[in-house]
Amino acid sequence: MSLDRSEVENIAMLARLKIDEQDVPRYVDALSSILDLVDEMQAIDTSGVTPLANPLDSVQRLRADNVTEDNQREHFQSIAPATDAGLYLVPKVIE
Amino acid sequence: MEWETVIGLEVHVQLSTNTKIFSGASTRFGAAPNTQACGIDLGMPGTLPVFNENALRKAVSFGLAIDANIGQHSAFDRKNYFYPDLPKGYQITQMDHPIVGKGQVEIMMDDGTTKLVGVTRAHLEEDAGKSLHEDFHGMTGIDLNRAGTPLLEIVSEPDIRSAKEAVAYLKKIHSIVTYIGVSDGNMAEGSMRCDANVSIRPKGQKEFGMRCEIKNVNSFRFVERAINHEVERQIALIEDGGTVVQETRLYDAELDETRSMRSKEVANDYRYFPEPDLLPVEIDDSYIEAVRSELPELPDAKKARFQSEYGLSEYDAAVLASTQDMAYFFEAVASKSQEPKLSANWVMVELAAVLNKSNTPISESPVSAENLGQLIVRITDNTISSKMAKAVFEGMVEDGSDPDTIIEKKGLKQVSDTSAIEAMIDEVIANNPGQVEQYRGGKDKLFGFFVGQVMKASKGQANPGVVNDLLKKKL
Amino acid sequence: MNTDSLMINSTLKQLSEGLAKAEFTSAELTDAYLQRIAATDGDLNAFITVTADQARAEAKEADALRAQGKAGPLTGIPIAHKDIFCTQGVRTSCGSKMLDNFTAPYESTVTDKLRTAGMVMLGKTNLDEFAMGSSTESSFYGPTRNPWNTEVIPGGSSGGSAAAVAAGQAPVATGTDTGGSIRQPAALCNLTGLKPTYGRVSRWGMIAYGSSLDQGGPIARTAEDAALLLNGMAGFDHKDSTSKDIAVPDYTADLDKPLDGLRIGLPEEYFGEGLNSDIAARVEAGVKELEKLGATVKRISLPRTRLSIPAYYIIAPAEASTNLSRYDGVRYGYRCEAPKDLLDMYTRTRAEGFGEEVKRRIMIGTYALSAGYYDAYYNKAQQLRRLIKDDFQSAFAEVDVIAGPTTPSPAWKLGDKSNDPVSMYLEDIYTLSVNLAGLPGMSVPCGQVDGLPVGLQLIGNYFAEAQLLNVAHQYQQVTDWHQQTPAFG
Repeated sequence: MSLDRSEVENIAMLARLKIDEQDVPRYVDALSSILDLVDEMQAIDTSGVTPLANPLDSVQRLRADNVTEDNQREHFQSIAPATDAGLYLVPKVIE
Repeated sequence: MEWETVIGLEVHVQLSTNTKIFSGASTRFGAAPNTQACGIDLGMPGTLPVFNENALRKAVSFGLAIDANIGQHSAFDRKNYFYPDLPKGYQITQMDHPIVGKGQVEIMMDDGTTKLVGVTRAHLEEDAGKSLHEDFHGMTGIDLNRAGTPLLEIVSEPDIRSAKEAVAYLKKIHSIVTYIGVSDGNMAEGSMRCDANVSIRPKGQKEFGMRCEIKNVNSFRFVERAINHEVERQIALIEDGGTVVQETRLYDAELDETRSMRSKEVANDYRYFPEPDLLPVEIDDSYIEAVRSELPELPDAKKARFQSEYGLSEYDAAVLASTQDMAYFFEAVASKSQEPKLSANWVMVELAAVLNKSNTPISESPVSAENLGQLIVRITDNTISSKMAKAVFEGMVEDGSDPDTIIEKKGLKQVSDTSAIEAMIDEVIANNPGQVEQYRGGKDKLFGFFVGQVMKASKGQANPGVVNDLLKKKL
Repeated sequence: MNTDSLMINSTLKQLSEGLAKAEFTSAELTDAYLQRIAATDGDLNAFITVTADQARAEAKEADALRAQGKAGPLTGIPIAHKDIFCTQGVRTSCGSKMLDNFTAPYESTVTDKLRTAGMVMLGKTNLDEFAMGSSTESSFYGPTRNPWNTEVIPGGSSGGSAAAVAAGQAPVATGTDTGGSIRQPAALCNLTGLKPTYGRVSRWGMIAYGSSLDQGGPIARTAEDAALLLNGMAGFDHKDSTSKDIAVPDYTADLDKPLDGLRIGLPEEYFGEGLNSDIAARVEAGVKELEKLGATVKRISLPRTRLSIPAYYIIAPAEASTNLSRYDGVRYGYRCEAPKDLLDMYTRTRAEGFGEEVKRRIMIGTYALSAGYYDAYYNKAQQLRRLIKDDFQSAFAEVDVIAGPTTPSPAWKLGDKSNDPVSMYLEDIYTLSVNLAGLPGMSVPCGQVDGLPVGLQLIGNYFAEAQLLNVAHQYQQVTDWHQQTPAFG
C-alpha cells in the first residue's frame, strides 16, 4: 500500500507535525515502505478473532476516592514554557 | 409547510466525587488556577491513570435510576485531538463499551402531559481544563484544575420534539442526578452542561433532517432559547431554498444567537482506540445490588406515592417530588398539618412565590416546614381565616417567627364566640334601621352589606361563617 | 585499595560482597565508576547526563546506612538508569530534543525503589529517541558506540545502558523493552538482559512508547546480577493500573536448581531464513550445553513469528502516536520560537522537537488509527496479537522454556541502516512477539561472531522470570561467554 502526497499531508496535520514541502516525498516513500512491510498481515484470515488490546488477563483495579495530591503548581510550572498568574499561556485560542 | 423539530441531547454531568476520575487531585470548585492539577492531570510524561471507584459507583447509580442496562464489561478508550486544555492530547472516554446502556426517563410538560424519552447510553469520561480568553499579553491562559474531573455523558435518543420538551428532559435529568446525589447539578458552576443536536423535517416525514450540534447551552433558559433560535434558523434556511450543513454551532448567550464554530471545522478524526493504560472494568451483580440498595426513593416512585398516599394531583405530585429538598419540605409540612393537599398548595403557591422572588433554594427557606405546618393547623382549627393566614405568613417570612407568635402579636385571632358576635350584630341592626327595612322588604342583596358591617366592627376578626349564620337568624 | 581494576570486570554480586566485607566503600566505588565514565564516555557516548554530585551524596548515605547495619544486597551499588525513567530534579530527556529541558518533577517507581534499596545513580543513559529504535542512533544526543567495536552500534533502544555496563562504566543498568530494547542491546554487548512479564515492573514514571508493550528490566553481566536487580525493581504498584498484584519471589532463590527434566522448545521459525549461520551455530551450541545440564530439547513451531513484525509495527506506533500527543509545548518541554498562532505552535514545536524516526512512527500510528484504516491496520494487528499469544500458549503446553537467537545478525556498522527503517525493523524479528504476548524474555551471551557478541534468547511463560534466571544462571556456570570483556578503553 502506498500513500500519496495528500494522504501524508493529512496524516501530518492530524498528528500536528509540520512537514516542509521538500520533505513530503521522503515521508511518502518511508511511510509507503513501512506499509508495504505491514501489509503482509492482510493476507491472514482473522475473522472471528477477538482483538487483544492488552496481554494481561486482568481487570481494572479501583482507587478509593481520597485526595492524595496537594498543590504543586509552582513546582510543575517551574518547567513550563510560559505561565502568568498561575495559568499556562498559549497563543490565542479562537473558537 | 409544517415542520417538526427533532432533538437529541448530550448532557455532561460532573460527578460529585472528592477526586478526579483518574488521579487523587481534588475536584473542589473555585480553587486558584492549576492548584488542583497533579502530574496525571497535567499529562506529565510517565504518569498513568487509576480509576476512581466513586466515579464508577455514581455512574452505576445513575444507570439504575433510569432503569438502564448496566455495562458489566465496560472499557475506556482514547479520543484523540489537540487542544490546549486537553493535556494529554487525548481524552479518556468510553466508546464501544459504556458503563450505562439503554434506559429511559419520563418527562412532564407544564400542562401535565407526560412522555418517555429514551436514553441511548451514558458513559464515563474525563473533563478538560478551561481556556481563559481574557487577554494575557495577547495569549490565552489555561487552567487545568477541571482537567480529569469525572463526567457522565448522558446521550438521549432523538425523541425530543420541542425546546420545551428539551427543557423538561434536562430538568428531569437534573432532578435524578441531584436526587441520587451523583452530582450537585450546579449549572452555574458547569456541573451540568448540555449539547443539543437539532434538526427539522417536514411533518410526517420519517427520515431525519441534517442536524447541527449546538454546544454550550448551559442553563435551562438557554437551552430553550438556543434550540428555538436554531430551529428558526434552519426553517428560514430551508424555506429560502438553502440546505442545512452538518456543523457544530456555539450558543452565545450574550448575543442570544448560535454561530458556526470555525475552529472546529478542521476535519476531526478522533482515532478512538482502547486505552492501553487502563484494563477492562468488570462489575458483578453483587456490586450492582449494593449500589441499588443505597439508592434513595427516586422522583417517579416518590411522585406515585404522593398521589396515592396524599391524594395529590399528578402535576402537584410531580412538582413536589422533583427535588429531594422540595419533597422533604413538603412531607414535613404535611406531617405537621395532617392536611396534605393544603400543604401542597402552600408549598407550591405561597412559599414558591417567596422563594422565587428572592432566588432562595427551599433548603434555605425563611419559613421552616414546622412553622408552615403549624400555620395550616391554625387555619383548620379555625383560629385564623385563610385570608388572615396570608398576613400571618408574610410576618413569618419577615422574621422567621412561628405563626402563633404573630397571631398573638398582631391580634389576628379569629372571633368565633357567638355572644360577642351577636352583640356586634345587634349593634349593626340598631344603627341601620333603613337597610333592615329594605332587606326585610325583599332586597336580599343587602345581606352582604350587613356581613361587611359586622366584619368591620370586629376589625376583620370575626369568623365569617359564624357571622353568616347568626345574621340570617337575627334578620 | 585500587577499585578501578577490580570493578571493570566485577559483578554486582562481587561488589555487594566487597562492600559487605568493607573491602571498599560505596563512596570509593562510586568515584571509581565516575572516573571510568569521565575517561571513556567521550568515545562511547553512553550517558546523556552524569549525576556525579548526586551519586557521591547517595554513596555517602549508603555507607552511612551500612555503618548502621541497614544495608541490603543492593545498598551502595552504583547503577545507570536509562534516560526514560523520570528522576526528580534531574533532566529526563528520553533522548529527545523535545525533553532536553525537562527536569522531571517526580520520581519513577523503578528508580525510587532502587534508590530506597540504597543504589547509587551514576547518571542517565542514552537511548533511541523515545525508545524507538534498535541501534541508539536516533538519539538527539548522538549515537552510542559499542565498546566491543566502536564502529558498530550497541543495539537499542537501551543501547546506552548496555554500552555502559559492557564498558565497565556501571556494574548494572536499567533498561526498557517494548520490542526487544533490553534483550537486543544485551545480546550485542555481551550482557545478560531480562524483559519481565508485562505487569511485573511498574511503568509509573517510565516515559511511554507503546503502553501495552513497554516493560522495564535489568541489564547486567550475569543472570545472578539480573536476579538481584530484578528483586529491587519488580513488584505491584497501585499507581500503574496494568501492574499485576502478585507476590514477587526472591529471584535468586532458584538460581542453583538443576535443570534435570527441563523441557526446552526450539521454534523452527527462529532458525530459518534470515538468521546468520554463525549465530545459528552459537545458539545451537548453547542449547547443547543446556542439554548436557539435563534439559530435553523439542522442536516446536510458533507459526505466526513472521507476523509479529507487521503486528508490532502497527500496534507500537499506534499507541506511540497518541502517547506522544502530550508533547505540545504547553506545559513542559520544547516550544518553538515565536509561534504565530496555536496551530503553528503545535506543528512547529512537534516538527522541531521530534526526530525523524519518531515522526515516522507517529505518522504510521496516526494512519493506522484513522477513520477507514482502523480495521485494516490497528484492529487486524490486535487480532494477530491474540493469535501470536495463542501460539505461545500452545507451545508452553509442551515445553517449559523456549530458546532461540536474540537477533538474526550481530551488531551492524553505525549508519548502515539509519536511512532504511524497514531493514532495521526486520532485525527485531525474534524479540517482538514476546512483547506482543506480554511474556518474559531474556538474552544471555552465547559467543561471538567476527569478534562481536551474540545472544541466546530464553522465553518463559507468564511470571516465570525465576525459571528463566535459573536456566541462564546454570548455563553461565558451565560457559564463560558472559565473562568475556571488550578490549575497550
